[in-house]
Amino acid sequence: MAAYTITIENTGESYRCADHRSVLEGMEALGRKGIPVGCRGGGCGVCKVQITQGSYARRVMSRAHVSAAEEASGCVLSCRVKPTSDLRLRVVGPLTKTVCGPRADAPTPTRNPQPTP
Amino acid sequence: MAMTGVLRPGHAQIRVLDIDESIAWYTDVMGLVPMGRDAQGRAYFKTRQERDHHSIVLRQADRAGLDFFGFKVRDAQTLQALEAKLIAYGVKTERIAAGDMPGTGERVRFRIPTGHHIELYADKQHVGNATGCVNPEVDVIDGPGICPIRMDHCLIYGGDIDGSRAIFEDVLGFNLVERVKLEDGVTDLATWLTCSAKAHDIAMVRHGEDDKLHHVSFQLASWEQVLRAADIMSRNRVSIDIGPTRHGITTGTTIYFFDPSGNRLETFCGGYDHYPDMEPITWTFDEVGAGIFYHDRKLNPAFLEVVT
Repeated sequence: MAAYTITIENTGESYRCADHRSVLEGMEALGRKGIPVGCRGGGCGVCKVQITQGSYARRVMSRAHVSAAEEASGCVLSCRVKPTSDLRLRVVGPLTKTVCGPRADAPTPTRNPQPTP
Repeated sequence: MAMTGVLRPGHAQIRVLDIDESIAWYTDVMGLVPMGRDAQGRAYFKTRQERDHHSIVLRQADRAGLDFFGFKVRDAQTLQALEAKLIAYGVKTERIAAGDMPGTGERVRFRIPTGHHIELYADKQHVGNATGCVNPEVDVIDGPGICPIRMDHCLIYGGDIDGSRAIFEDVLGFNLVERVKLEDGVTDLATWLTCSAKAHDIAMVRHGEDDKLHHVSFQLASWEQVLRAADIMSRNRVSIDIGPTRHGITTGTTIYFFDPSGNRLETFCGGYDHYPDMEPITWTFDEVGAGIFYHDRKLNPAFLEVVT
């Protein structure tokens, strides 16, 4: 079982993540912080990161939160990627919504058209 | 009285990112009974105790979330009458042909102001439950999987929860059971509604984006079963959001967790009976933390803001 060093550029923090764990799961398992944690299933979009260096394997993730172009450029949901080398990343997916509506400092939520049921 | 009109939640169609993974998970971890696929590839499930053909429908899509939530009504005349009431109220309705979902009659679909698609239907094939209708044995929950009693309710997120509540109350005969007020003491942050005598059949929270799912909930028989469900979740590495714990609102015991596509689900037990003559319960904004999680007594941003 291989493990790799994940570096969160926003804070400069790093942690070791086994290759069978997602980048997000690896962080949580060590009680570390830095990437917001949501559903852990590629659906809610809050753990979005930009991978700036390194290689990884990825699973399907919600197009409501990550476009095909973003995914190709390394902008991914960290719950859906497993490291295959040391990684450097930048957090881009804060919790953008509050119970009382969008926060003043939050980016506009993505409003992709919903498919017909 | 509502039990002659809208009877209960009947089905939820949930979008999943990987249908094969999801079918295995809803079967093995949730312990639902697979009821086959249709020509579109949708997968159908019921609980062991449910008598109608299905309550959960999975559809593969490129994003997670809820396609629609359906309620069963008493009979075809009721369906006709409720559709007429919706139209008279100014709600645009659409008829989905019988057989679009296996074993299911014609459905009336409409969109509520929070952006969600709601359905009404009168007929769904009676396939029977695990124990039958004549001299039934007790259904001993011996696994595998959580094996909930029924798909019980959902919580939806959207902007105009006042408009959506008005349709449920004024047109469909639902009653308000509990509510949470915002800091102004006037505006509802959240409401819990019932079409029966349950503590909730649908709930809604005011939110910046429309047509969002917070969770679909499954009923369990006891607190012991809630703990058993948590054990099954951990053993299967299910993503648990919070719990086991208790709500102040409805007083139910609960676990929140996510399906493999990130859709939040709940397994819960308890709550109380609500009758139409009972005054709704109100929670003030400064005590909403205890309302949501009675033991923590504080707001949990991830629980409140993570939706699909």
